[in-house]
Amino acid sequence: MQQSDFLKIVTPFQDKLYRLAKRLLVSREEAEDATQEILMKLWSKSKKIGSYNNVEAFAMTMTKNFCLDRLKSKQAGNLKLVHSNYREEGSSLQKQVEANDSVTWVQRIMEDLPEQQKMVLQLRDVEEYDFDEICEMLEMKPTAVRVALSRARKAVREKLMEKHNYGIG
Amino acid sequence: MELDRIEKLLSKYFEGSTSLPEEAELKAFFLQDDIPAHLAEYRPMFTYFKKTKQERFTKVLPLQEEKKLNSKKWIPWLSVAASVLIMVGLFFGKGYYDQKQLEKEKAQYAYKETKKALDMLAENFSRGTEKVAYLNEFVEAKEKIYNKN
Repeated sequence: MQQSDFLKIVTPFQDKLYRLAKRLLVSREEAEDATQEILMKLWSKSKKIGSYNNVEAFAMTMTKNFCLDRLKSKQAGNLKLVHSNYREEGSSLQKQVEANDSVTWVQRIMEDLPEQQKMVLQLRDVEEYDFDEICEMLEMKPTAVRVALSRARKAVREKLMEKHNYGIG
Repeated sequence: MELDRIEKLLSKYFEGSTSLPEEAELKAFFLQDDIPAHLAEYRPMFTYFKKTKQERFTKVLPLQEEKKLNSKKWIPWLSVAASVLIMVGLFFGKGYYDQKQLEKEKAQYAYKETKKALDMLAENFSRGTEKVAYLNEFVEAKEKIYNKN
């Protein structure tokens, strides 16, 4: 397969992969690296690409598994690093300014959701995939997807109400 | 008014049972400027979803590297090619060697046979001269008879 053919397949959804990676890994650089690695993996399998009936869903599943593995090894290995990253982010002026914006509250709220809820909310409300696709991508049953989605939306609403009522920012 | 409908859609939305077109309707509604106060709280959700969808992957993929990898894939085959060459060499080399050996044997055989033939000739020659020696007796006897006469 030619590079241009590969790029033609991948370009329509590479931003979606990146956004899912960023949702899970939070850091922009890590998400960029992860996306690059996933796309390179896909390129190394490019001869087989014709045999996947849905390359986009396949790539999404790869992204999900890759990022969850990353998070697991991070938790096991360098907790300290994660912690210092977080502190650094928190102390940067730009982040503080952003946090005052009510829209970025939602981002902060989503960071605290369980991984599965994060992914379901990302794929449905941001990327607007239908349920069948989400089931395929996350390897979940339809009812489980609906339950996770409902919980995620309610959790966001609840936190948003709290902040709104206390008038933070 | 459409507010009723929006409120119904919202409660369906939080149960996770809205369809994609219904969710599009909700998004469109909350992206408007004039929203009733009691619904304004939901607005950041929908604006955030829209805003975050504009994030882009900006890294360039180093796809060319893969070509180098492709050429490296041939390296294991080099050993196969080499062993095939050696086997072919052995096969034809053995044939050539055997042929040479055969020629040598033939030459040796021809030499032996020739030598045998020449030996036989030489033997018969010497036997011949013995017989001729008898003839000499005759000649001498004949000459004696001639001389007496």
